[in-house]
Amino acid sequence: MSTHLPVLQVVVPLLAAPVCALIRNARAAAVIAVLASWATLAIALSLLGDVMSAGVISYALGDWVPPIGIEYRVDIVNAWVLVIVSTIASAVAPYMITSVEDEVERRRIPLFYAAYLLCLCGLLGITVTGDVFNVFVFLEISSLSAYALIAMGTRRRALTAAFRYLVMGSVGATFIVIGIGLLYVMTGSLNMADLAVLLPEVWDSRTVKVAYGFLGVGFCLKLALFPLHLWLPNAYAFAPSAVTAFMASTATKVAVYMLLRFFLTIFGAPFSFGVMALDRVLLPLALVAIVSMSLVAIFQVDVKRLLAYSSVAQIGYMVLGLSFASVTGLTATLLHLFNHALMKGALFMAMGCVVYRIGSVHIDAMAGLGKRMPWTMAAFVLGGLSLVGVPLTVGFVSKWFLILGALERGWWPVAVIVLLASVLALVYVWRVVEAAYFRPYEGDEGVGVEAPWRLLVPTWALVGANLYFGINAVRTAQVAERAAEVLMTGVGP
Amino acid sequence: MREEIIIRVGAKFLAPFIIMFALYVHFHGDYSPGGGFQAGVILAAAFALLALVYGLEAVQKVLPLWFTRMCAALGVLIFAGVGVVTMLLGHNYLGYNALAPDPTHPEHGQHYGILLVELGVLVTVFGVMVTVFYHFAGRGRSDS
Repeated sequence: MSTHLPVLQVVVPLLAAPVCALIRNARAAAVIAVLASWATLAIALSLLGDVMSAGVISYALGDWVPPIGIEYRVDIVNAWVLVIVSTIASAVAPYMITSVEDEVERRRIPLFYAAYLLCLCGLLGITVTGDVFNVFVFLEISSLSAYALIAMGTRRRALTAAFRYLVMGSVGATFIVIGIGLLYVMTGSLNMADLAVLLPEVWDSRTVKVAYGFLGVGFCLKLALFPLHLWLPNAYAFAPSAVTAFMASTATKVAVYMLLRFFLTIFGAPFSFGVMALDRVLLPLALVAIVSMSLVAIFQVDVKRLLAYSSVAQIGYMVLGLSFASVTGLTATLLHLFNHALMKGALFMAMGCVVYRIGSVHIDAMAGLGKRMPWTMAAFVLGGLSLVGVPLTVGFVSKWFLILGALERGWWPVAVIVLLASVLALVYVWRVVEAAYFRPYEGDEGVGVEAPWRLLVPTWALVGANLYFGINAVRTAQVAERAAEVLMTGVGP
Repeated sequence: MREEIIIRVGAKFLAPFIIMFALYVHFHGDYSPGGGFQAGVILAAAFALLALVYGLEAVQKVLPLWFTRMCAALGVLIFAGVGVVTMLLGHNYLGYNALAPDPTHPEHGQHYGILLVELGVLVTVFGVMVTVFYHFAGRGRSDS
């Protein structure tokens, strides 16, 4: 069965989703969702192990030989992203059971799990496939289910937030499919490895450059790069807590992966950096995103929105690593995909605990929570420290490689901006900490309202991962570096 | 429209032919234009026509909402399930050759495979179309 792992990665959640929708029992659906999520993690880890030792795995769907048929192609880069997505899914799924019971209408819960599993299936599918049109299909699966998930938020504004995301997301998806169509016109192929071989012959054509532009704008919409991020804050703020934790840690990461895969593997680093000057386009956007969105985050009063703006800033870091056009820079990007998923997952899950007990994430509602919910707020503080980039947390590891990459290029002002932005992150994290620990609670004295252990255990699992991979970053850095080398050198002969 | 005898009889007369045509489009999908998606839409159109003429309640007696919702999920299960079956028979996912009744002609499996997979598409598209129609048609009444 192990030869079928690449396709099982997608098929397990794909089969689990309709089963959840059919059984219409909230508890049973939850159990299925948790088991399916854990299965995807086991598959992803096993795939990563295989790829690290044996190289690229190719799987011909329907026995049709690539490049004619759809190929699932796993190398270190996407095995790494598969591990990121399924790790977060495995942590968030058990958290959902309690959180979703509280926030979603009871009769909709089985359908909620079906949508969650479809979203997971789509994200994993985008990552595992080696066929560009298949990427688009899975992108639609993940996006459509994401709109539904966001719309299930408790407040009515969740509907407008979801609709806005739908409009922007559809524009992004349309741009991507236009780009894919133009590539197909020029080469007659949809297979990624095949395209990488065929494209250099037609580099000079305007069609290929236009395709590049369409794809670039489409991906940047999906990953919420600075001027195209407007859908993100509301979508994250009004979605159910568990959905925010899941989406914030996976959806934008997979979009970054698509950007890397298309621009570095398919078009190739020489075309992206040499002909199209991708680095010079992305560098200013990334820097503006980092600084301006951190500043905006400081002035938010809704903590979920605050974290959402912080996410847009953090996406800036990922794009910044890419704009260094070096192995070190890409290592930073790939590491930050994982590290940011861990920290934002932990932070949004801590906020989910607050919603569960307090029913609000307004900064004033946090007053005195440090004493009333000690474990939840401790998780938030540790996640926040990771976000700032304090040593012994994963945030530090990402920033380390990012600054290393900047200095390698001799761009010390960029390194200064990265450090400066860390101070801004400290300011917005501090505002929450200040409210929780230094403002008194105005209400009944001595009321402990700590979140149930069913929410705390998954949250602390991610907090623990933040610390573990912050202290022992050898393994993650090794994988990220090898993946970065694969991206920079292209698929090769 | 419920009082117009010509429309009532006409709809009743047309409905079985529309359903028949849906099945035709499905079973000829592998070597002529058509397939599961189109067949599903045509099948749903038959029930939409009946609902327009005889009213929503009458059609929902025959085709209740829970059933169409179940169809929407069931089709996905059929599609993905066919792939699992081929995998269990020792081929790759959706490797239809595994389904050939006569092992000396494995390519015949392609015919059965595509029909089964498209059946999944038909069931899901039919389920979704009718569910969407019910929800739009039922708007403004007491909540469904």
